[in-house]
Amino acid sequence: MKTLMKGNEAVSAAAIAAGCKAFFGYPITPQNEIPEYMSAKMAESGGVFVQAESEIAAINMIYGGAAAGARVMTSSSSPGIALKQEGISYLCAARLPCLIVSVMRCGPGLGGILPSQADYFQATRGGGNGDYNTPVYAPNSIQEATDLVQKAFNVAEQYRTPVMVVMDGLLGQMMEPAEIKPIPRFKNDTDKYATNGESGRRGRNIVNSLNLQAAALEQSNLRLAEVYKEIIKNEVMYESTVEDGDELVIAAYGTPSRIAQNAVAELRARGIKTGLIRPVTLWPFPDLAFQSLPSSVKNVLVCELSMGQMVQDVRLALNGKLPVHFYGRTGGVIFEPEEIVEKALEIAGGGQ
Amino acid sequence: MNERILIAGFGGQGALTAGQLIASLYLNRGVNVTWMPSYGAEMRGGTANCSVIASDGVIGSPIVSANAGIVMALNSPSLDKFEPVAAPGGTVILNTSIVTRGLKRGDVKSIKIDASNIAVNELKNIKVANMVMLGAYLTLHPEFTDDEIERVLNDRFGAKAAALIPLNMKAIASGKANAAR
Repeated sequence: MKTLMKGNEAVSAAAIAAGCKAFFGYPITPQNEIPEYMSAKMAESGGVFVQAESEIAAINMIYGGAAAGARVMTSSSSPGIALKQEGISYLCAARLPCLIVSVMRCGPGLGGILPSQADYFQATRGGGNGDYNTPVYAPNSIQEATDLVQKAFNVAEQYRTPVMVVMDGLLGQMMEPAEIKPIPRFKNDTDKYATNGESGRRGRNIVNSLNLQAAALEQSNLRLAEVYKEIIKNEVMYESTVEDGDELVIAAYGTPSRIAQNAVAELRARGIKTGLIRPVTLWPFPDLAFQSLPSSVKNVLVCELSMGQMVQDVRLALNGKLPVHFYGRTGGVIFEPEEIVEKALEIAGGGQ
Repeated sequence: MNERILIAGFGGQGALTAGQLIASLYLNRGVNVTWMPSYGAEMRGGTANCSVIASDGVIGSPIVSANAGIVMALNSPSLDKFEPVAAPGGTVILNTSIVTRGLKRGDVKSIKIDASNIAVNELKNIKVANMVMLGAYLTLHPEFTDDEIERVLNDRFGAKAAALIPLNMKAIASGKANAAR
């Protein structure tokens, strides 16, 4: 049965339902309901909750928990995720699965606590060192958030990589009816990598990211690249309402995709044939959604609560095939559907 | 149906709770709902508001920043700020105990309710002023039965506050009885 759930609480409940056994975190608005929920419920479900002394400590506890073979999770918000990035790079190199939830607020710097999407680059490019990627899921409803959190754990274990779920502060704070629908759990053979004791097995598992031999380190980078290739092949998710005959395509993710949905309805009512593409995975990015647009499409408009980040991926995907426009608001200001409509009308007018 | 509600007041007046209860009433009828709080450096005595949308269709933006069918103003600053958000033909519900002015607009209706005074004088608990306001709102929706209302109160407040349910039901009834159109 669906109950009214706050985004942050729903994500936490879904993680516990998915069998998450340890949560390590450090408080920061607007995601505090996650550690608050976990502090009460983790113990009840036989798991571990630790409020670490810092974000850096928390992400390294994740490294330890994952190395021991546990399903582990941390959560934070923008400046807190920034502090975790060194740890994320290490987790990638050591091939350790975990879930990192990022509830984005305004930056740069300490910024503000209001909703934002200015950490698209932070999630998809990362600030850690080295050639790495992390799968990034961006739900736009609370139901979808509960589904994707469970999926994220599976994907993390299947490919042995950290996985991120990013939400804007709006989704973390809002309430919507949702029901946690358990999905089958990936059968994770932790004996392959975890430092869980040698009994019944020959040879030790060593979890490490240091590799001082050039040829060996290159091999390890190539292996990682193979993993990323598989993820790109198998894990892209998006939604598209684009139809043959549409002239304008709006691209948006997270809660702003719902605002864009209102704008698309209004534009259609005004006779401007418009479709919406909503990336669900930000990495791997749904290039094909843009590359396979019908020839009727003349313009693409990307709307984000940032100065323009996903717009770069749209341009890369289209590779100059179509003009790509941008509309964004920042600082915690959230665009109205009317603002998107106005921008779209300006583009449609300019094209005639 | 597509009900768009904005509820605003001082932090601590219970605007957010009233919004959650309304959202739950619709949810229990199988309607899609969203509840979105303003959040920021909120504090007791500061301002707080929430958007509630209930719709048969898919809900896009969860923010009610225009075209509100209902605006509930628990205090004067909320009326100043959100009267313009009401849709033409919409209804503004005023807590006349502390909202001293009437509406500036001629194209919206009003429901007046002496919510804070009723809570203090009649119910001896200022905390239920939001429930009196909720009662005034429910005069627009007589389809919700007392059983449905009691159910959402029970779900929201749980066993530890069970003793307070009758007081809340009384406050809602009083809001229904005293709402003046």
